Amino acid sequence: MIENAVYSPVLVITLAALATYASRLLGAFLSGRLTTASPIVDWITCVTYALLAGLVVRMIWMPIGTLAQTPDWWRFAAAASGLIVFTLSRKNVGLGVLVGSLVLMGLSWSA
Amino acid sequence: MPMLVMGASFVGFGSMLHALNWTVWEALFSSLSTWALPGQIAMADMAYSGAPLMAIVLSVAFINARLLPLAASLLPHIRQPGVPVWKYYAVSMLVAATSWVGTMRRLPDLAPDQRLSYLTGYGLLLYGSSLIATVIGFYLSGQVPQHITLALVFLNPLYFMLLFLFDLHNRSKVLALVFGAILGPMLFRVAPDWSLIITGLAGGTAAWALGQTKWGKKGLDRD
Repeated sequence: MIENAVYSPVLVITLAALATYASRLLGAFLSGRLTTASPIVDWITCVTYALLAGLVVRMIWMPIGTLAQTPDWWRFAAAASGLIVFTLSRKNVGLGVLVGSLVLMGLSWSA
Repeated sequence: MPMLVMGASFVGFGSMLHALNWTVWEALFSSLSTWALPGQIAMADMAYSGAPLMAIVLSVAFINARLLPLAASLLPHIRQPGVPVWKYYAVSMLVAATSWVGTMRRLPDLAPDQRLSYLTGYGLLLYGSSLIATVIGFYLSGQVPQHITLALVFLNPLYFMLLFLFDLHNRSKVLALVFGAILGPMLFRVAPDWSLIITGLAGGTAAWALGQTKWGKKGLDRD
């Protein structure tokens, strides 16, 4: 069902699941032998953080699918208002997400 | 509370897959088999833009490598003499960021022989609700007006953005976020298929290396 892809979705999903289980199983295997405060664990965390930060910024700034039909400034305004509410509410993630999403909805409604 | 937030983000995932023209079975299969949202989102996003399989699998592997230390630090708490080893491997399937946060706090207070059951129950509850939420999100996205669909699809990017800004005490983590946020969109223009992996490896390694220096360690707690 993926328009641009040449491979089957079930294959992608299965491979992604296997790639995920590898970490869980290896973690179970190493349990007790690996301390959370080791440089390798720090490195893994940094790679994950950088990768996801890159993905999140790209998804907001250059989205694909439905969101790609919205003007940039809608998404920026929504993200910014979520961030402002998050900061003012002493880091309430749920409230920030709620307000940010509502702002995007409101902007598309009034357009 | 963690169930509510987790439910909302899986609703967002279901909506996203509907918007990207996947089927409900594919959406459900992804949550059922992977059950680690950031990786699922990256997978769907990259598959939509036609990235090579290898690029998708490597990106998901790097994103979910964070589960390795989570599993390794959680499982020693449930170790009990007489419990067959396969049970630990089985329960490691239920290790996710949410279940880790929720059980890590409680496990030390429980009697050692109750811990495995506690983790299993807690994990299965979250896992089950995520599956339901995925399906709800998928169908919701097809039923409601476009304005609401937009908001649903926007839930996850916003959620992860704020989640990252929640804990900014560790200098190398902050650097990793900054490098990732700059490199991600930049590399996407040059090499969209491989941009995520390069962003993670280059940005993450640079942030980690700076964090290992005197400057990076000065006056900051590691977590």
